[in-house]
Amino acid sequence: MPHHSSPHPKERPSAKDVLAMLSEPRTVVRVAIIGALVLCIVGSFAYVAGWLSPGLLTPRRFADGFEEVNGVHPGFRRNHAKGVCVGGYFESNGKGTRLSRASVFEPGRVAAIGRFSLAGGQPYAADGPAAVRGFGLRFEPRHGEEWRTAMIDLPVFAVRTPEGFYDQLLASKIDPATGKPDPAKMTAFLAGHPETVRAMTIIKAKPFSSGFADATYNGLNAFRFANGAGVSTPVRWSMVPVDAFAPEEPAAAQNKNYLFDALIARLRRGPVQWHLIITIGQPGDPTDDATLAWPDTREHVDVGTLTIDSVVDEARGSCRDINFDPLVLPNGIAPSDDPLLSARSAVYSQSFTRRAGETKEPSAVTPAEINQ
Amino acid sequence: MAAMILTMLFVGVAMVASLADYHLLFSIHRPLGIAILILVIIRYVNRKLNPPPEFMATMPPEERIVAHASEMLMYAMMFAMPLIGWGMLSAARYPIVLYGPIHLPPILPHSPMLYAVLRKTHTIVAYLFFATFIAHFGAVLFHTLILRDGLIDRMVPWKVRGPEIGN
Repeated sequence: MPHHSSPHPKERPSAKDVLAMLSEPRTVVRVAIIGALVLCIVGSFAYVAGWLSPGLLTPRRFADGFEEVNGVHPGFRRNHAKGVCVGGYFESNGKGTRLSRASVFEPGRVAAIGRFSLAGGQPYAADGPAAVRGFGLRFEPRHGEEWRTAMIDLPVFAVRTPEGFYDQLLASKIDPATGKPDPAKMTAFLAGHPETVRAMTIIKAKPFSSGFADATYNGLNAFRFANGAGVSTPVRWSMVPVDAFAPEEPAAAQNKNYLFDALIARLRRGPVQWHLIITIGQPGDPTDDATLAWPDTREHVDVGTLTIDSVVDEARGSCRDINFDPLVLPNGIAPSDDPLLSARSAVYSQSFTRRAGETKEPSAVTPAEINQ
Repeated sequence: MAAMILTMLFVGVAMVASLADYHLLFSIHRPLGIAILILVIIRYVNRKLNPPPEFMATMPPEERIVAHASEMLMYAMMFAMPLIGWGMLSAARYPIVLYGPIHLPPILPHSPMLYAVLRKTHTIVAYLFFATFIAHFGAVLFHTLILRDGLIDRMVPWKVRGPEIGN
């Protein structure tokens, strides 16, 4: 029936009319259609939200895994919980501009803040030779976009996928009965992850340095640099220390913070420097697998020098409240197809959100230690 | 715009549950949110300049109040959600990248506590928005398919088939 010949009824149909209408078969069909449409939208929403897949590995579940293994330490990072803030600058030599148009690579000085940390979710754990050392860094070009990176002192990463990381995390949980991880669980994990076994061989083959200042920090994941002409290059990066390498020594039994104290003492003597080395990948070099090293013969470009000249505890420094999300990248640096990158970004964000709303406890590395 | 908002709600809820697609979805979420903010400003100004048609004569007063309140609530949420999102990224000191080198300045001071409150608010308002959308969608379909009282004519620029009740 055309609209113009059918004026809308003056009165709203009474409840009786509506009931009568609702009992008509065609109305029942229409109500069913409405219900189906609404259910369809709500169902899709629930599906993409992951509510229909309880087994799904989400950022929330990942952070829960860290809390299950380490306990909950309010206000601290869920991983790399123990750390100290540092500051300085990056002096770019301009050699990076042929690879990336990011303003950080133009010749000149860029302010930087960072955080040295130990891997693990225990904020008051004793320093030791076994702990992986981390270096989060935020470059702040005055007229350009920020670049954040979170590096560690391992030559390759131990796992290839987020699921691998999660399974390894749970397998390394300390059994309260023995005070050690359950060896059966780790054996089972390694049996299912030959890439981790291979990576561990590479990691163990390389001696660790004595402290934070003489360690090489690697970005591990591959990224893509894009230059002004739009040419995209697969890269990895490392911070290579100017300080001479000294092999690590057994933990100093008396001092729980001996690695951090050594860094503080070293900075008191003068600035510590690293060269930012870009490794250029060739076709065929894996960009989606951080457990695999690229051949040593790849071209390395020294794009500038990072100078760290100040150290401050987390309560007074600004590093605690910065998320060193590895996907905060300037135009000219893009993620690769490495599945760890998006997952790291998601889980770092989840960890940041949790601790942001929590009351802060003093860090293990205290102002007194830094000022002495 | 309804499609954009529904997309936005889906992208948001999928993003926070995803490891593999988090970065891609977040890259879509930011510019789409700002696009909605710009469009809702234009839409609101247009609504003030060209008021929408009156409700149908058949609609009882209490139903009009509910319908009007739900429209206003949706406008409030359309304004609030992008601003909360922009504000919380500012408070967390994340760069607010829209596309390539285009980014927005922070609108709030660096404060993790403020971020935590806004982040929670963003989630709560998102669920409220989705629930309001579903109620709105269901009500419009009920009016259009069951009551056939011409409510849809307020929403769309073309004429829809007339009512059958009383004929």
